[in-house]
Amino acid sequence: MKSFKYSVAKEPTGAARTVSANPTAKFLAGGTNLVDLMKEYVERPSEVVDVSRLNLAQIRETSNGISIGALAKNSDTANHPLVRQNYPLLSMAILAGASAQLRNMATNGGNLMQRTRCQYFYDTAMPCNKREPGSGCGALEGLNRIHAILGHSENCVATYPGDMANALYALDATIRVRGTNGRDRLIPVQDFHRLPGDTPQKDNNLAHGELIVAIEIPRNNFAAKSYYLKVRDRASYAFALVSVAAALEMRGDAIERARVVLGSVAHKPWRSVEAERVLIGKPVTVETFEASAEAALKDAKPLEHNGYKVELGKRSIVLALQRAMSGEVA
Amino acid sequence: MARYIGKEMSRVDGFAKVTGRAKYAAEFKVPNLAYGFIVTSTIGKGTIRSIDTTEASRAPGVIGVLTHENYPKPAPPAAPELKPEENRNVRDKSFRALVSNQIFFNMQPIALVLAESFEQARYAARLVRATYNEEKPMTDLESSLDKARLANPSRPPRPRGNPTEAFAAAPVKVEAEYTIPIEHHNPMEPHGAIAFWEGDKLTVFDKSQGVYVVRQHLATSFHIPPENVQVISPFVGGAFGSALRPNYYPALTAMAARVIQRPVKVVYTRQQMFTGHGYRPHTWQKVSLAAERSGKLTALIHDSKNNSSSFEDYVENTTGMPRTLYACPNALTSAQFVHTDMSTPAPMRAPGAVSGMFALECAMDELAYALQIDPLELRLINFTDVDPDSGKPYSSKALRECYRLGAEKFGWSKRNPEPRSMRDGRLLVGWGMATGIWGAFQQPASARVALKSDGTAHVSSATADIGPGTYTVMTLIAAEYLGLNAEKVKFELGDTRFPRAPVQGGSFTTASVGSAIYEAAQNIRQKLMDLANKEASSPFKTAKIEDTELLDGKLVLKGSSQSVDIFALMRRNNLPELVDVHEARPSREREKYATGAHGAQFVEVKVDPATGVVQVTRAIEVTACGKIMNPKTSHSQEIGGVVWGIGMALQEATEVDHRYGRIMNPNLQHYHVPVSADIHEIETMFVEEDDKVVNPLGVKGMGELGMVGIPAAIANAVFHATGKRIRDLPITPDKLL
Ligand SMILES: Cc1cc2nc3c(=O)[nH]c(=O)nc-3n(C[C@H](O)[C@H](O)[C@H](O)COP(=O)(O)OP(=O)(O)OC[C@H]3O[C@@H](n4cnc5c(N)ncnc54)[C@H](O)[C@@H]3O)c2cc1C
Ligand code: SF4
Repeated sequence: MKSFKYSVAKEPTGAARTVSANPTAKFLAGGTNLVDLMKEYVERPSEVVDVSRLNLAQIRETSNGISIGALAKNSDTANHPLVRQNYPLLSMAILAGASAQLRNMATNGGNLMQRTRCQYFYDTAMPCNKREPGSGCGALEGLNRIHAILGHSENCVATYPGDMANALYALDATIRVRGTNGRDRLIPVQDFHRLPGDTPQKDNNLAHGELIVAIEIPRNNFAAKSYYLKVRDRASYAFALVSVAAALEMRGDAIERARVVLGSVAHKPWRSVEAERVLIGKPVTVETFEASAEAALKDAKPLEHNGYKVELGKRSIVLALQRAMSGEVA
Repeated sequence: MARYIGKEMSRVDGFAKVTGRAKYAAEFKVPNLAYGFIVTSTIGKGTIRSIDTTEASRAPGVIGVLTHENYPKPAPPAAPELKPEENRNVRDKSFRALVSNQIFFNMQPIALVLAESFEQARYAARLVRATYNEEKPMTDLESSLDKARLANPSRPPRPRGNPTEAFAAAPVKVEAEYTIPIEHHNPMEPHGAIAFWEGDKLTVFDKSQGVYVVRQHLATSFHIPPENVQVISPFVGGAFGSALRPNYYPALTAMAARVIQRPVKVVYTRQQMFTGHGYRPHTWQKVSLAAERSGKLTALIHDSKNNSSSFEDYVENTTGMPRTLYACPNALTSAQFVHTDMSTPAPMRAPGAVSGMFALECAMDELAYALQIDPLELRLINFTDVDPDSGKPYSSKALRECYRLGAEKFGWSKRNPEPRSMRDGRLLVGWGMATGIWGAFQQPASARVALKSDGTAHVSSATADIGPGTYTVMTLIAAEYLGLNAEKVKFELGDTRFPRAPVQGGSFTTASVGSAIYEAAQNIRQKLMDLANKEASSPFKTAKIEDTELLDGKLVLKGSSQSVDIFALMRRNNLPELVDVHEARPSREREKYATGAHGAQFVEVKVDPATGVVQVTRAIEVTACGKIMNPKTSHSQEIGGVVWGIGMALQEATEVDHRYGRIMNPNLQHYHVPVSADIHEIETMFVEEDDKVVNPLGVKGMGELGMVGIPAAIANAVFHATGKRIRDLPITPDKLL
């Protein structure tokens, strides 16, 4: 690990200022992702600003929904009564991630910011445009079983690997960020992460030094009918091959509102408005769900080793919608 | 009546382990220690053109950087020359670090940075810069099967009967190819060593399955007499074969210690373990089976090809054990290897057997379907009580009882053979079974038993305890046959100051070292009787040694109330201790028999038809491996075997990017082994065998046996559940869509 300067932030704006003043500074929250990457020499900050002790861990009801502190732990968030009652999809998604020990350390802000699990990204001996812009993409014609089938570019085929964010996309969350001027900016979650294009080194649209302070979720009527499905190589402690955050709101026998978000298929959580459109106004039938799944994956462009994700994605959507309808809890 | 044998005993080292008092190799405190960090190559084949250590050498705390450019050439052989018995290993072709600029595999060590702290060494390692003359590596076994060779071309495979003709003539046959990827042991404890010199005497704390092997390797590496080398390895945090063959780091650590004249510690990172020790090789197999309509096998043709490194001819004995399992008159089996630009493989739990049995037992399942005979029935039809090659009878083989008991416990008779016929809600249910087979090996091994007049005993042998419970079982054996309370017995291992023992591998430790302790205890009893008989009052004057036993500190004349207090006897003779150093060897009697350990495995899987996710919801494993010395640790071994089998069947694979010849998942986030959530019901049972032919204790190999049939049983269950025959491990969800 490279030596770095370490300081403990006292308040959010100060933290934002310190990091923004140094192009190679980083925030440290739970450390479960950053520290690993520092050991691997993938991240080499010259300065680390520890924000973990900031007073940003509250979870509270607001006039139009809920506000979840960026530094609330994943486990505290998933198990909070307000979250469990009103946003079970978020609870399910968080609990599908990592392991109990990690969720006890991991914060919500860090979780949004977690980096890809592409093997080439982790190995500094290998080409990777995300880690070393211009060095090439090792995965494009290499081992890409866990990589993207949607929205990727020649420059990067990595996926965003997280679970929590898939639920946030389905729940129309907003990310509240603090700037150096002490003012907050609101970023709709679907504009938070980016597609790789020709700047895969940028995972998201946060400016350097901007600090996530909270995640806000508006009220909705999805609580009764939502489901998070995660398909993985082992039953726990593994990232998704494909995951689906599905949510439905009914009017009578017809679907009034729908959310279909695929995880681990693209550089960001992949909300499919096309898939949702197929569902709206329709009665609940397997055929409707299948048509929705077809629409979601219609533009998929699999790589050499991840063709299975297209079929798996479709089946997972159908299954997640079915389970959402039956009101199961993952 | 046995007091200890066959009864549950908790691990005697358990308390030390959970309280952190047990010291592993890298944990010993040695003053003035320097830390080494290995730098590895970023190419898979070629030569190092230049290596620049200037910046690294200047980094804080750095003491020096070793590369092939400044690595000392070992001195000429020192007198005295190696003793003949030490010479067995002189053809040790194992990889040695930094001896030349050649790159044989990706992530090969190219430098060792030495610093005052681990962090400083690790940081400076990033500052070493190498350039290469790069060549294209060849690491893909499956694209080079035509280059496969026999390790010993002068000994081509010997057929039994006439397999080719029998195959051609048979009414029912199956033929299929099976592949297993490279797999790594991934023990919890990373391999590491601490080395220091006192003059030309070398001491090494190492993680090892055999301290004498490491001693020999170091003696030949430095051309010093083996007596000058002491290797110490009291605790091992799992090894599974990865510390059997000499690994490169002990010699590298010792050389570094010699160069900087300070003690040096080197510990692999998880990544470095993927090329710093061996692995289960990538294996391709083809099995052809032929049978009469009755199910009687008429031909078995089994070929295996595995990858090796470019500098060693490593062949897995994949086909050896499967060849002996069934009463098939015609058989031809061969095992070959292909040179690849990878590091050399190594034995990994149940080496060869689990790979070979995956292929054979899947093929048997395929044959059962072709014949429309129940898979268990097919195995019973072809059961043999004699080794089909030699015709020798088995010394014991309770496999039939294992099949029967396992089937009954599992409810096998309720199985509907039709694939996709059984369901649990949405989930497809599959039931599969397979056979496990392993050896009942015994190797020459020595132990020292010292009975002390203070009522205690000290027992030692240079064996290892990589987890199975060797400390415990040896304590138990000594306590039983010295007639002492187990708390009075101290057993030590893992040090070349102790009598020579074989490596801990092949599941032969209890048979080998246990027999040495048993026989030494008999000798002590004889000595005590001789001593007693010098006294006029001895009750043993006319007794034979078999008429006596040691119990609670007394030598007892069996079936009488007469006895002698052995500790008083020793004190009367001014003997603070009675010592016997004994080597036990396999008996002649063994040669008249075939020997082996067997088991039957039944598993249930549930497969999600939408996602292809497989869960192993139930596993019944019945094992016949002679006498069970300690049921508690024995069950642990078998349960561990099942868990490993689940990992092998469903998860484990080392992924190589063949463009670079580089392993791309050398860490536990990308290399999957089972987690608790993957493990459901596992029930293990033993059918005990009374077998005094295999060794005086009647024990057989068990540590490896437990996993041998599991991957095949799972693959067979997956076929039953889904109708899909997956012949390429691991069976991940994508393969079942
Ligand atoms: C073995 C393993 C398995 C895992 N499995 C899963 C899984 O299945 N699903 C899943 O979703 N996740 C998984 N994770 C990832 C885990 O969820 C993340 O590591 C965790 O959420 C990161 O949170 P943290 O607080 O530890 O972040 P840190 O490691 O402290 O920080 C991560 C990044 O976020 C930045 N950051 C942190 N807080 C803020 C903030 N408030 N504002 C701006 N930037 C910030 C940091 O600068 C850093 O770049 C796994 C992790 C591991 C190690
Ligand atoms: S997919 Fe992206 S992260 Fe992976 S190697 Fe290519 S550029 Fe790097």
